[in-house]
Amino acid sequence: MSLMTEITIFVLAAFVGFEVISKVPTTLHTPLMSQTNAIHGIVMLGGLIVVGFADDGLEYAIGTIAIAFGAINIVGGFMVTDRMLGMFSRKPKPKADADGKGGA
Amino acid sequence: MVEAVLQPGGDAATALYIVAFSLFIIGVRRGTHPTTAKQGNLIAAVGMAVAVVATLLLDGIGNWGLIALGLGVGTAVGVIASVRVQMTEMPQMVALYNGVGGGAVALIAWSEIRHGISLGHEIPLDELIPVLFAAVVGSVSFWGSNIAFAKLQDLIPTRPLAVPGQQVINALLLVGILAACVNVAVNNDDPSQAIFIATLIAAGLLGNLVVLPIGGADMPVVISLLNAFTGLSAAAAGFALDNVALIVAGTLVGSSGTILTMEMATAMNRSVANVLFAGFGGAPSGGGGGSAEERPHVSIGAQDAAIKLAYADSVVIVPGYGLAVAQAQHAIKEVGDELEKRGVTVNYAIHPVAGRMPGHMNVLLAEADVPYEQLKEMEEINPEMPRTDVAVVVGANDVTNPAAKNDPDSPIAGMPIIEVDEAQQVIVIKRSLSPGFAGIDNDLFYEPNTSMLFADAKQAAADIAAEIQNL
Repeated sequence: MSLMTEITIFVLAAFVGFEVISKVPTTLHTPLMSQTNAIHGIVMLGGLIVVGFADDGLEYAIGTIAIAFGAINIVGGFMVTDRMLGMFSRKPKPKADADGKGGA
Repeated sequence: MVEAVLQPGGDAATALYIVAFSLFIIGVRRGTHPTTAKQGNLIAAVGMAVAVVATLLLDGIGNWGLIALGLGVGTAVGVIASVRVQMTEMPQMVALYNGVGGGAVALIAWSEIRHGISLGHEIPLDELIPVLFAAVVGSVSFWGSNIAFAKLQDLIPTRPLAVPGQQVINALLLVGILAACVNVAVNNDDPSQAIFIATLIAAGLLGNLVVLPIGGADMPVVISLLNAFTGLSAAAAGFALDNVALIVAGTLVGSSGTILTMEMATAMNRSVANVLFAGFGGAPSGGGGGSAEERPHVSIGAQDAAIKLAYADSVVIVPGYGLAVAQAQHAIKEVGDELEKRGVTVNYAIHPVAGRMPGHMNVLLAEADVPYEQLKEMEEINPEMPRTDVAVVVGANDVTNPAAKNDPDSPIAGMPIIEVDEAQQVIVIKRSLSPGFAGIDNDLFYEPNTSMLFADAKQAAADIAAEIQNL
Protein backbone atom coordinates (compact mmCIF):
# COMPACT_ATOMS: atom_id res chain seq x y z
CA MET A 1 0.00 0.00 0.00
CA SER A 2 1.46 3.38 -0.89
CA LEU A 3 1.79 6.14 1.69
CA MET A 4 -0.76 8.25 -0.20
CA THR A 5 -3.29 5.41 -0.14
CA GLU A 6 -2.76 5.11 3.58
CA ILE A 7 -3.22 8.82 4.12
CA THR A 8 -6.42 8.70 2.04
CA ILE A 9 -7.75 5.93 4.25
CA PHE A 10 -6.74 7.88 7.35
CA VAL A 11 -8.51 11.06 6.29
CA LEU A 12 -11.68 9.26 5.20
CA ALA A 13 -11.73 7.28 8.45
CA ALA A 14 -11.39 10.50 10.43
CA PHE A 15 -14.45 11.96 8.69
CA VAL A 16 -16.45 8.78 9.22
CA GLY A 17 -15.40 8.79 12.87
CA PHE A 18 -16.49 12.39 13.43
CA GLU A 19 -19.82 11.78 11.66
CA VAL A 20 -20.70 8.59 13.52
CA ILE A 21 -19.49 9.60 16.94
CA SER A 22 -21.03 13.05 17.04
CA LYS A 23 -24.42 11.27 16.87
CA VAL A 24 -23.86 9.45 20.16
CA PRO A 25 -25.89 11.12 22.97
CA THR A 26 -24.12 12.44 26.08
CA THR A 27 -25.83 9.77 28.17
CA LEU A 28 -23.89 7.06 26.37
CA HIS A 29 -20.51 8.76 26.36
CA THR A 30 -18.95 6.52 29.00
CA PRO A 31 -19.85 3.27 27.21
CA LEU A 32 -18.79 4.89 23.92
CA MET A 33 -15.42 5.76 25.32
CA SER A 34 -15.03 2.34 26.83
CA GLN A 35 -16.00 0.69 23.53
CA THR A 36 -13.68 2.79 21.37
CA ASN A 37 -11.05 2.13 24.02
CA ALA A 38 -11.51 -1.59 23.40
CA ILE A 39 -11.30 -1.00 19.65
CA HIS A 40 -7.85 0.58 19.87
CA GLY A 41 -6.76 -2.67 21.50
CA ILE A 42 -6.47 -3.71 17.85
CA VAL A 43 -2.80 -2.76 18.20
CA MET A 44 -2.56 -6.27 19.59
CA LEU A 45 -2.39 -7.35 15.92
CA GLY A 46 0.98 -5.59 15.81
CA GLY A 47 2.07 -7.66 18.79
CA LEU A 48 0.92 -10.85 17.08
CA ILE A 49 2.91 -9.96 13.97
CA VAL A 50 6.00 -9.05 16.00
CA VAL A 51 5.97 -12.28 18.00
CA GLY A 52 4.90 -14.36 15.02
CA PHE A 53 7.97 -13.31 13.07
CA ALA A 54 10.41 -12.67 15.94
CA ASP A 55 13.75 -14.43 16.21
CA ASP A 56 15.47 -13.06 19.28
CA GLY A 57 14.88 -13.23 23.00
CA LEU A 58 14.14 -9.58 23.72
CA GLU A 59 11.70 -9.39 20.83
CA TYR A 60 9.89 -12.45 22.18
CA ALA A 61 9.57 -10.73 25.54
CA ILE A 62 8.52 -7.32 24.18
CA GLY A 63 6.02 -8.85 21.78
CA THR A 64 4.48 -11.19 24.33
CA ILE A 65 3.98 -8.33 26.79
CA ALA A 66 2.46 -6.26 23.96
CA ILE A 67 0.03 -9.11 23.17
CA ALA A 68 -0.92 -9.41 26.85
CA PHE A 69 -1.45 -5.63 27.11
CA GLY A 70 -3.52 -5.63 23.94
CA ALA A 71 -5.61 -8.57 25.11
CA ILE A 72 -6.34 -6.85 28.45
CA ASN A 73 -7.37 -3.77 26.48
CA ILE A 74 -9.64 -5.70 24.09
CA VAL A 75 -11.24 -8.27 26.39
CA GLY A 76 -11.59 -5.97 29.39
CA GLY A 77 -12.84 -3.09 27.24
CA PHE A 78 -15.59 -5.00 25.46
CA MET A 79 -16.73 -6.84 28.59
CA VAL A 80 -16.92 -3.74 30.73
CA THR A 81 -18.83 -1.91 27.97
CA ASP A 82 -21.24 -4.83 27.81
CA ARG A 83 -21.79 -4.64 31.57
CA MET A 84 -22.48 -0.92 31.42
CA LEU A 85 -24.84 -1.13 28.47
CA GLY A 86 -26.69 -3.95 30.22
CA MET A 87 -27.65 -1.39 32.84
CA PHE A 88 -29.15 0.91 30.26
CA SER A 89 -31.08 -1.72 28.38
CA ARG A 90 -32.46 -3.83 31.21
CA LYS A 91 -34.80 -1.06 32.37
CA PRO A 92 -38.17 -2.47 31.27
CA LYS A 93 -37.23 -6.01 32.19
CA PRO A 94 -37.41 -6.01 36.02
CA LYS A 95 -41.08 -5.06 35.82
CA ALA A 96 -41.78 -7.68 33.18
CA ASP A 97 -39.98 -10.28 35.30
CA ALA A 98 -41.88 -9.27 38.40
CA ASP A 99 -45.16 -9.53 36.48
CA GLY A 100 -44.17 -12.91 35.18
CA LYS A 101 -43.40 -14.18 38.65
CA GLY A 102 -46.59 -12.65 39.98
CA GLY A 103 -48.62 -14.53 37.37
CA ALA A 104 -46.92 -17.86 37.98
CA MET B 1 13.72 0.25 -3.87
CA VAL B 2 14.00 -0.49 -0.18
CA GLU B 3 12.49 -3.58 1.29
CA ALA B 4 9.76 -3.15 3.88
CA VAL B 5 10.76 -4.19 7.38
CA LEU B 6 7.75 -6.11 8.56
CA GLN B 7 4.63 -5.75 6.50
CA PRO B 8 3.23 -9.20 5.94
CA GLY B 9 -0.22 -9.80 4.55
CA GLY B 10 -2.00 -10.61 1.35
CA ASP B 11 -5.36 -9.85 -0.22
CA ALA B 12 -7.11 -12.43 1.96
CA ALA B 13 -5.89 -10.83 5.17
CA THR B 14 -6.71 -7.34 3.91
CA ALA B 15 -10.22 -8.47 2.93
CA LEU B 16 -10.79 -9.76 6.44
CA TYR B 17 -9.42 -6.52 7.88
CA ILE B 18 -11.94 -4.60 5.79
CA VAL B 19 -14.71 -6.78 7.22
CA ALA B 20 -13.33 -6.08 10.70
CA PHE B 21 -13.25 -2.30 10.46
CA SER B 22 -16.69 -2.23 8.84
CA LEU B 23 -17.99 -4.10 11.87
CA PHE B 24 -16.29 -1.53 14.14
CA ILE B 25 -18.04 1.33 12.37
CA ILE B 26 -21.41 -0.45 12.43
CA GLY B 27 -20.82 -1.25 16.10
CA VAL B 28 -20.15 2.36 17.06
CA ARG B 29 -23.06 3.49 14.87
CA ARG B 30 -25.38 1.26 16.92
CA GLY B 31 -24.08 2.92 20.05
CA THR B 32 -26.26 5.95 19.38
CA HIS B 33 -29.22 4.52 21.26
CA PRO B 34 -29.35 2.53 24.50
CA THR B 35 -31.55 -0.18 23.02
CA THR B 36 -29.12 -1.00 20.20
CA ALA B 37 -25.84 -0.13 21.90
CA LYS B 38 -25.34 -3.51 23.56
CA GLN B 39 -25.73 -5.24 20.22
CA GLY B 40 -23.38 -2.69 18.67
CA ASN B 41 -20.72 -3.52 21.22
CA LEU B 42 -21.09 -7.20 20.37
CA ILE B 43 -20.74 -6.43 16.65
CA ALA B 44 -17.53 -4.49 17.29
CA ALA B 45 -16.22 -7.38 19.39
CA VAL B 46 -16.92 -9.78 16.53
CA GLY B 47 -15.00 -7.41 14.26
CA MET B 48 -12.07 -7.65 16.63
CA ALA B 49 -12.22 -11.45 16.58
CA VAL B 50 -12.18 -11.39 12.76
CA ALA B 51 -9.12 -9.13 12.76
CA VAL B 52 -7.27 -11.34 15.23
CA VAL B 53 -8.04 -14.52 13.28
CA ALA B 54 -6.99 -12.85 10.01
CA THR B 55 -3.65 -11.99 11.59
CA LEU B 56 -3.09 -15.47 13.01
CA LEU B 57 -3.69 -16.91 9.52
CA LEU B 58 -0.87 -14.82 8.00
CA ASP B 59 1.69 -16.86 6.11
CA GLY B 60 4.73 -17.82 8.14
CA ILE B 61 3.53 -16.70 11.54
CA GLY B 62 5.06 -18.78 14.32
CA ASN B 63 5.95 -18.85 17.99
CA TRP B 64 2.47 -20.09 18.85
CA GLY B 65 3.42 -20.81 22.44
CA LEU B 66 4.27 -17.19 23.16
CA ILE B 67 1.21 -15.93 21.32
CA ALA B 68 -0.98 -18.25 23.40
CA LEU B 69 0.79 -17.11 26.57
CA GLY B 70 0.23 -13.41 25.82
CA LEU B 71 -3.39 -13.95 24.79
CA GLY B 72 -4.09 -16.17 27.80
CA VAL B 73 -2.62 -13.86 30.43
CA GLY B 74 -4.17 -10.74 28.89
CA THR B 75 -7.61 -12.33 28.53
CA ALA B 76 -7.57 -13.61 32.11
CA VAL B 77 -6.60 -10.22 33.53
CA GLY B 78 -9.16 -8.45 31.31
CA VAL B 79 -11.99 -10.77 32.31
CA ILE B 80 -11.27 -10.64 36.04
CA ALA B 81 -10.85 -6.87 36.07
CA SER B 82 -14.02 -6.18 34.09
CA VAL B 83 -16.17 -8.47 36.21
CA ARG B 84 -14.92 -7.06 39.51
CA VAL B 85 -14.92 -3.35 38.75
CA GLN B 86 -17.55 -1.15 40.44
CA MET B 87 -19.42 1.33 38.28
CA THR B 88 -18.00 4.21 40.34
CA GLU B 89 -14.51 2.93 39.45
CA MET B 90 -15.21 2.95 35.72
CA PRO B 91 -13.06 6.03 34.95
CA GLN B 92 -9.91 4.46 36.37
CA MET B 93 -10.70 1.18 34.65
CA VAL B 94 -10.94 2.95 31.30
CA ALA B 95 -7.73 4.85 32.11
CA LEU B 96 -5.97 1.56 32.86
CA TYR B 97 -7.19 -0.18 29.69
CA ASN B 98 -6.20 2.91 27.73
CA GLY B 99 -2.77 2.81 29.32
CA VAL B 100 -2.07 -0.81 28.45
CA GLY B 101 -3.19 -0.08 24.89
CA GLY B 102 -0.70 2.78 24.66
CA GLY B 103 1.96 0.58 26.25
CA ALA B 104 1.36 -2.10 23.62
CA VAL B 105 1.81 0.49 20.86
CA ALA B 106 5.10 1.72 22.34
CA LEU B 107 6.42 -1.84 22.72
CA ILE B 108 5.46 -2.74 19.16
CA ALA B 109 7.22 0.38 17.88
CA TRP B 110 10.36 -0.59 19.80
CA SER B 111 10.20 -4.05 18.34
CA GLU B 112 9.83 -2.64 14.82
CA ILE B 113 12.93 -0.49 15.26
CA ARG B 114 14.95 -3.45 16.58
CA HIS B 115 13.79 -5.56 13.69
CA GLY B 116 14.68 -2.82 11.24
CA ILE B 117 18.16 -2.42 12.72
CA SER B 118 18.77 -6.19 12.71
CA LEU B 119 18.00 -6.37 8.98
CA GLY B 120 20.96 -4.03 8.51
CA HIS B 121 19.58 -1.97 5.65
CA GLU B 122 17.97 1.43 5.40
CA ILE B 123 14.51 1.69 7.01
CA PRO B 124 12.15 3.61 4.67
CA LEU B 125 11.05 6.92 6.22
CA ASP B 126 7.36 6.34 5.51
CA GLU B 127 7.71 3.44 7.92
CA LEU B 128 10.17 4.94 10.38
CA ILE B 129 8.34 8.22 11.02
CA PRO B 130 5.04 6.53 11.95
CA VAL B 131 7.00 4.17 14.21
CA LEU B 132 8.56 7.11 16.01
CA PHE B 133 5.19 8.84 16.33
CA ALA B 134 3.62 5.64 17.67
CA ALA B 135 6.47 5.16 20.13
CA VAL B 136 6.31 8.69 21.56
CA VAL B 137 2.53 9.03 21.73
CA GLY B 138 2.09 5.45 22.96
CA SER B 139 4.58 6.01 25.75
CA VAL B 140 3.03 9.35 26.78
CA SER B 141 -0.36 7.65 26.78
CA PHE B 142 0.83 4.66 28.83
CA TRP B 143 2.44 6.70 31.59
CA GLY B 144 -0.14 9.48 31.51
CA SER B 145 -2.96 6.94 31.84
CA ASN B 146 -1.18 5.21 34.70
CA ILE B 147 -0.98 8.48 36.60
CA ALA B 148 -4.63 9.18 35.82
CA PHE B 149 -5.47 5.68 37.10
CA ALA B 150 -3.44 6.20 40.28
CA LYS B 151 -5.15 9.53 40.93
CA LEU B 152 -8.64 8.19 40.36
CA GLN B 153 -7.91 5.13 42.49
CA ASP B 154 -6.60 7.46 45.26
CA LEU B 155 -3.20 5.82 45.14
CA ILE B 156 -1.70 9.29 44.82
CA PRO B 157 -3.31 12.60 45.85
CA THR B 158 -5.92 13.84 43.38
CA ARG B 159 -5.05 17.47 44.08
CA PRO B 160 -2.74 18.98 41.49
CA LEU B 161 0.90 18.10 42.14
CA ALA B 162 3.22 20.60 40.57
CA VAL B 163 7.00 20.61 40.39
CA PRO B 164 8.64 24.05 40.34
CA GLY B 165 9.56 25.07 36.82
CA GLN B 166 7.26 22.38 35.48
CA GLN B 167 6.45 24.16 32.21
CA VAL B 168 10.14 24.62 31.44
CA ILE B 169 10.91 20.96 32.16
CA ASN B 170 8.02 19.83 29.96
CA ALA B 171 9.12 22.10 27.13
CA LEU B 172 12.72 20.87 27.36
CA LEU B 173 11.54 17.24 27.37
CA LEU B 174 9.42 17.85 24.30
CA VAL B 175 12.27 19.53 22.44
CA GLY B 176 14.60 16.70 23.45
CA ILE B 177 12.13 14.08 22.23
CA LEU B 178 11.72 15.84 18.88
CA ALA B 179 15.49 16.18 18.48
CA ALA B 180 16.01 12.50 19.25
CA CYS B 181 13.32 11.52 16.73
CA VAL B 182 14.95 13.66 14.06
CA ASN B 183 18.29 12.04 14.87
CA VAL B 184 16.83 8.54 14.44
CA ALA B 185 15.03 9.51 11.22
CA VAL B 186 18.06 11.18 9.65
CA ASN B 187 20.24 8.16 10.39
CA ASN B 188 17.68 5.78 8.98
CA ASP B 189 20.34 3.56 7.42
CA ASP B 190 21.59 2.66 10.89
CA PRO B 191 19.49 4.26 13.66
CA SER B 192 20.73 4.14 17.24
CA GLN B 193 18.62 1.90 19.43
CA ALA B 194 19.95 3.66 22.54
CA ILE B 195 18.63 7.02 21.36
CA PHE B 196 15.31 5.40 20.54
CA ILE B 197 15.03 3.91 24.04
CA ALA B 198 15.96 7.29 25.54
CA THR B 199 13.11 8.78 23.49
CA LEU B 200 10.66 6.23 24.92
CA ILE B 201 11.80 7.05 28.47
CA ALA B 202 11.62 10.82 27.91
CA ALA B 203 8.13 10.45 26.46
CA GLY B 204 7.11 8.40 29.49
CA LEU B 205 8.46 11.09 31.81
CA LEU B 206 6.54 13.73 29.85
CA GLY B 207 3.34 11.69 30.21
CA ASN B 208 3.86 11.58 33.98
CA LEU B 209 4.66 15.27 34.30
CA VAL B 210 1.75 16.45 32.17
CA VAL B 211 -0.90 14.49 34.07
CA LEU B 212 0.46 14.87 37.64
CA PRO B 213 -0.47 18.56 37.99
CA ILE B 214 -4.04 18.00 36.78
CA GLY B 215 -6.74 17.97 39.46
CA GLY B 216 -9.33 15.21 39.93
CA ALA B 217 -12.22 17.23 38.53
CA ASP B 218 -10.41 17.78 35.23
CA MET B 219 -10.15 14.05 34.67
CA PRO B 220 -12.98 13.88 32.09
CA VAL B 221 -10.86 16.01 29.76
CA VAL B 222 -7.64 14.14 30.46
CA ILE B 223 -9.11 10.67 29.98
CA SER B 224 -10.75 11.69 26.70
CA LEU B 225 -7.50 13.21 25.48
CA LEU B 226 -5.40 10.17 26.39
CA ASN B 227 -7.97 7.99 24.64
CA ALA B 228 -7.56 10.09 21.49
CA PHE B 229 -3.77 9.80 21.80
CA THR B 230 -3.79 6.03 22.06
CA GLY B 231 -6.10 5.84 19.06
CA LEU B 232 -3.81 8.00 16.96
CA SER B 233 -0.74 6.02 18.03
CA ALA B 234 -2.52 2.82 16.97
CA ALA B 235 -3.25 4.43 13.59
CA ALA B 236 0.44 5.34 13.29
CA ALA B 237 1.37 1.73 14.05
CA GLY B 238 -0.98 0.81 11.21
CA PHE B 239 0.97 3.06 8.82
CA ALA B 240 4.19 1.35 9.87
CA LEU B 241 2.80 -2.17 9.59
CA ASP B 242 0.84 -1.38 6.42
CA ASN B 243 -2.23 -2.64 8.23
CA VAL B 244 -5.54 -1.12 7.13
CA ALA B 245 -7.47 -2.43 10.17
CA LEU B 246 -5.12 -0.60 12.52
CA ILE B 247 -5.33 2.63 10.52
CA VAL B 248 -9.13 2.73 10.41
CA ALA B 249 -9.74 1.53 13.97
CA GLY B 250 -7.08 3.82 15.42
CA THR B 251 -8.44 6.82 13.52
CA LEU B 252 -11.98 6.04 14.66
CA VAL B 253 -10.82 6.10 18.27
CA GLY B 254 -8.79 9.25 17.62
CA SER B 255 -11.93 11.01 16.31
CA SER B 256 -14.05 9.84 19.22
CA GLY B 257 -11.48 10.93 21.78
CA THR B 258 -11.08 14.29 20.10
CA ILE B 259 -14.82 14.98 20.01
CA LEU B 260 -15.25 14.02 23.65
CA THR B 261 -12.23 16.10 24.70
CA MET B 262 -13.63 19.17 22.97
CA GLU B 263 -17.12 18.61 24.41
CA MET B 264 -15.76 18.25 27.93
CA ALA B 265 -13.61 21.36 27.61
CA THR B 266 -16.58 23.34 26.26
CA ALA B 267 -18.75 22.16 29.14
CA MET B 268 -16.16 23.48 31.57
CA ASN B 269 -15.76 26.68 29.56
CA ARG B 270 -12.01 26.14 29.33
CA SER B 271 -9.64 25.36 26.51
CA VAL B 272 -7.87 22.01 26.42
CA ALA B 273 -4.54 23.83 26.72
CA ASN B 274 -5.81 25.55 29.85
CA VAL B 275 -6.73 22.20 31.44
CA LEU B 276 -3.35 20.72 30.60
CA PHE B 277 -1.06 23.56 31.48
CA ALA B 278 -2.76 26.02 33.81
CA GLY B 279 -2.84 23.93 36.98
CA PHE B 280 -6.32 25.39 37.54
CA GLY B 281 -7.79 24.50 40.92
CA GLY B 282 -4.33 24.19 42.36
CA ALA B 283 -4.57 27.60 43.98
CA PRO B 284 -5.84 27.46 47.56
CA SER B 285 -9.46 28.52 47.72
CA GLY B 286 -8.96 30.85 50.72
CA GLY B 287 -9.96 34.08 49.01
CA GLY B 288 -13.66 33.43 48.60
CA GLY B 289 -13.96 31.19 51.63
CA GLY B 290 -13.27 33.84 54.27
CA SER B 291 -16.13 36.13 53.45
CA ALA B 292 -18.46 33.21 52.80
CA GLU B 293 -18.86 32.49 56.51
CA GLU B 294 -20.64 35.77 57.07
CA ARG B 295 -23.25 35.52 54.32
CA PRO B 296 -26.66 34.41 55.58
CA HIS B 297 -28.02 31.07 54.45
CA VAL B 298 -30.89 28.77 55.39
CA SER B 299 -30.02 25.41 56.88
CA ILE B 300 -32.58 22.58 57.13
CA GLY B 301 -32.73 18.94 58.24
CA ALA B 302 -33.79 15.78 56.45
CA GLN B 303 -37.36 16.02 57.75
CA ASP B 304 -37.91 19.52 56.37
CA ALA B 305 -36.40 18.47 53.08
CA ALA B 306 -38.70 15.45 52.94
CA ILE B 307 -41.76 17.64 53.50
CA LYS B 308 -40.74 20.09 50.77
CA LEU B 309 -40.20 17.24 48.34
CA ALA B 310 -43.24 15.16 49.19
CA TYR B 311 -45.67 18.03 48.61
CA ALA B 312 -44.12 19.15 45.34
CA ASP B 313 -45.54 18.35 41.91
CA SER B 314 -42.24 18.16 40.09
CA VAL B 315 -38.74 17.55 41.39
CA VAL B 316 -35.46 17.72 39.53
CA ILE B 317 -32.44 15.99 41.04
CA VAL B 318 -29.05 17.42 40.05
CA PRO B 319 -26.32 14.90 40.86
CA GLY B 320 -22.64 15.84 40.77
CA TYR B 321 -19.21 14.54 41.43
CA GLY B 322 -19.88 14.42 45.20
CA LEU B 323 -22.65 11.87 44.64
CA ALA B 324 -20.21 9.57 42.88
CA VAL B 325 -17.66 9.97 45.67
CA ALA B 326 -20.27 9.23 48.35
CA GLN B 327 -21.62 6.28 46.27
CA ALA B 328 -25.04 7.77 46.89
CA GLN B 329 -26.64 6.80 43.57
CA HIS B 330 -28.79 3.99 45.04
CA ALA B 331 -29.91 6.10 48.01
CA ILE B 332 -30.91 8.95 45.69
CA LYS B 333 -32.85 6.59 43.47
CA GLU B 334 -34.75 5.49 46.59
CA VAL B 335 -35.75 9.10 47.27
CA GLY B 336 -36.92 9.30 43.65
CA ASP B 337 -38.96 6.11 44.06
CA GLU B 338 -40.62 7.30 47.26
CA LEU B 339 -41.55 10.57 45.56
CA GLU B 340 -42.95 8.84 42.51
CA LYS B 341 -45.13 6.66 44.75
CA ARG B 342 -46.67 9.89 45.94
CA GLY B 343 -47.28 11.05 42.38
CA VAL B 344 -44.40 13.51 42.17
CA THR B 345 -42.72 13.84 38.76
CA VAL B 346 -39.00 13.14 39.17
CA ASN B 347 -36.28 13.91 36.64
CA TYR B 348 -32.50 13.90 36.82
CA ALA B 349 -30.55 16.80 35.32
CA ILE B 350 -27.07 15.82 34.24
CA HIS B 351 -24.36 18.31 33.46
CA PRO B 352 -21.92 17.13 30.77
CA VAL B 353 -18.99 17.04 33.19
CA ALA B 354 -20.80 15.50 36.16
CA GLY B 355 -18.67 12.59 37.34
CA ARG B 356 -15.12 11.76 36.43
CA MET B 357 -15.42 10.88 32.78
CA PRO B 358 -17.82 11.87 30.00
CA GLY B 359 -21.26 10.45 30.75
CA HIS B 360 -20.13 8.82 33.99
CA MET B 361 -23.12 10.06 36.00
CA ASN B 362 -25.52 8.47 33.53
CA VAL B 363 -23.88 5.10 34.07
CA LEU B 364 -24.07 5.44 37.84
CA LEU B 365 -27.76 6.32 37.73
CA ALA B 366 -28.44 3.58 35.20
CA GLU B 367 -26.75 1.18 37.62
CA ALA B 368 -29.21 2.34 40.27
CA ASP B 369 -32.04 1.49 37.80
CA VAL B 370 -33.07 5.06 37.02
CA PRO B 371 -34.93 4.79 33.68
CA TYR B 372 -33.12 6.23 30.68
CA GLU B 373 -36.04 8.56 29.96
CA GLN B 374 -35.62 10.33 33.30
CA LEU B 375 -31.99 11.25 32.60
CA LYS B 376 -32.19 14.74 31.13
CA GLU B 377 -29.36 16.60 29.48
CA MET B 378 -28.64 20.17 30.46
CA GLU B 379 -30.18 21.81 27.36
CA GLU B 380 -33.30 19.72 27.80
CA ILE B 381 -33.93 20.45 31.48
CA ASN B 382 -33.05 24.14 31.72
CA PRO B 383 -36.26 25.37 30.03
CA GLU B 384 -38.22 23.21 32.51
CA MET B 385 -36.61 24.75 35.57
CA PRO B 386 -39.06 27.66 36.11
CA ARG B 387 -41.88 25.07 36.21
CA THR B 388 -40.00 22.90 38.71
CA ASP B 389 -41.14 23.04 42.34
CA VAL B 390 -37.98 21.73 43.98
CA ALA B 391 -34.50 21.21 42.57
CA VAL B 392 -32.26 18.97 44.69
CA VAL B 393 -28.55 19.49 44.19
CA VAL B 394 -26.54 16.50 45.42
CA GLY B 395 -22.78 16.80 45.50
CA ALA B 396 -22.71 19.29 42.62
CA ASN B 397 -21.43 22.82 43.03
CA ASP B 398 -19.82 24.88 40.28
CA VAL B 399 -22.15 23.52 37.59
CA THR B 400 -25.10 25.14 39.42
CA ASN B 401 -23.46 28.46 40.25
CA PRO B 402 -25.59 31.30 38.85
CA ALA B 403 -22.48 33.51 38.81
CA ALA B 404 -21.60 31.78 35.55
CA LYS B 405 -24.38 33.70 33.80
CA ASN B 406 -24.86 36.70 36.11
CA ASP B 407 -21.32 37.82 36.92
CA PRO B 408 -19.13 38.55 33.89
CA ASP B 409 -16.07 38.86 36.17
CA SER B 410 -16.46 35.38 37.67
CA PRO B 411 -13.75 32.85 36.74
CA ILE B 412 -16.50 30.54 35.51
CA ALA B 413 -18.37 33.26 33.59
CA GLY B 414 -19.95 31.78 30.47
CA MET B 415 -19.73 28.18 31.67
CA PRO B 416 -22.97 26.38 30.82
CA ILE B 417 -24.80 25.58 34.06
CA ILE B 418 -27.91 23.77 35.17
CA GLU B 419 -30.16 26.67 36.08
CA VAL B 420 -31.48 25.43 39.41
CA ASP B 421 -31.81 29.02 40.61
CA GLU B 422 -34.79 29.29 38.25
CA ALA B 423 -36.66 26.60 40.19
CA GLN B 424 -39.23 27.59 42.85
CA GLN B 425 -37.15 26.10 45.64
CA VAL B 426 -33.70 24.59 45.85
CA ILE B 427 -32.31 22.06 48.33
CA VAL B 428 -28.55 21.67 48.31
CA ILE B 429 -27.16 18.54 49.97
CA LYS B 430 -23.53 19.21 50.78
CA ARG B 431 -21.08 18.70 53.61
CA SER B 432 -20.29 22.40 54.09
CA LEU B 433 -20.39 25.77 52.38
CA SER B 434 -16.88 25.24 51.06
CA PRO B 435 -16.27 26.29 47.47
CA GLY B 436 -16.13 23.73 44.69
CA PHE B 437 -13.35 22.86 42.34
CA ALA B 438 -13.21 26.31 40.77
CA GLY B 439 -12.38 27.69 44.22
CA ILE B 440 -15.14 30.28 44.16
CA ASP B 441 -18.15 30.87 46.33
CA ASN B 442 -21.48 29.60 45.01
CA ASP B 443 -24.09 32.39 45.08
CA LEU B 444 -26.79 29.76 44.89
CA PHE B 445 -26.26 28.84 48.55
CA TYR B 446 -27.30 32.32 49.70
CA GLU B 447 -30.40 32.75 47.54
CA PRO B 448 -33.56 33.22 49.65
CA ASN B 449 -35.23 30.18 48.07
CA THR B 450 -32.25 27.89 48.72
CA SER B 451 -32.08 25.56 51.71
CA MET B 452 -28.83 23.90 52.69
CA LEU B 453 -28.82 20.37 54.08
CA PHE B 454 -25.38 19.80 55.55
CA ALA B 455 -24.64 16.07 55.48
CA ASP B 456 -22.98 13.23 53.65
CA ALA B 457 -24.88 12.72 50.40
CA LYS B 458 -25.58 9.02 50.97
CA GLN B 459 -26.72 9.46 54.59
CA ALA B 460 -28.85 12.48 53.74
CA ALA B 461 -30.56 10.69 50.86
CA ALA B 462 -31.29 7.65 53.03
CA ASP B 463 -32.70 9.89 55.80
CA ILE B 464 -34.90 11.83 53.37
CA ALA B 465 -36.26 8.61 51.85
CA ALA B 466 -37.10 7.32 55.34
CA GLU B 467 -38.77 10.61 56.32
CA ILE B 468 -40.89 10.64 53.16
CA GLN B 469 -42.06 7.12 53.98
CA ASN B 470 -43.10 8.27 57.47
CA LEU B 471 -45.14 11.22 56.25
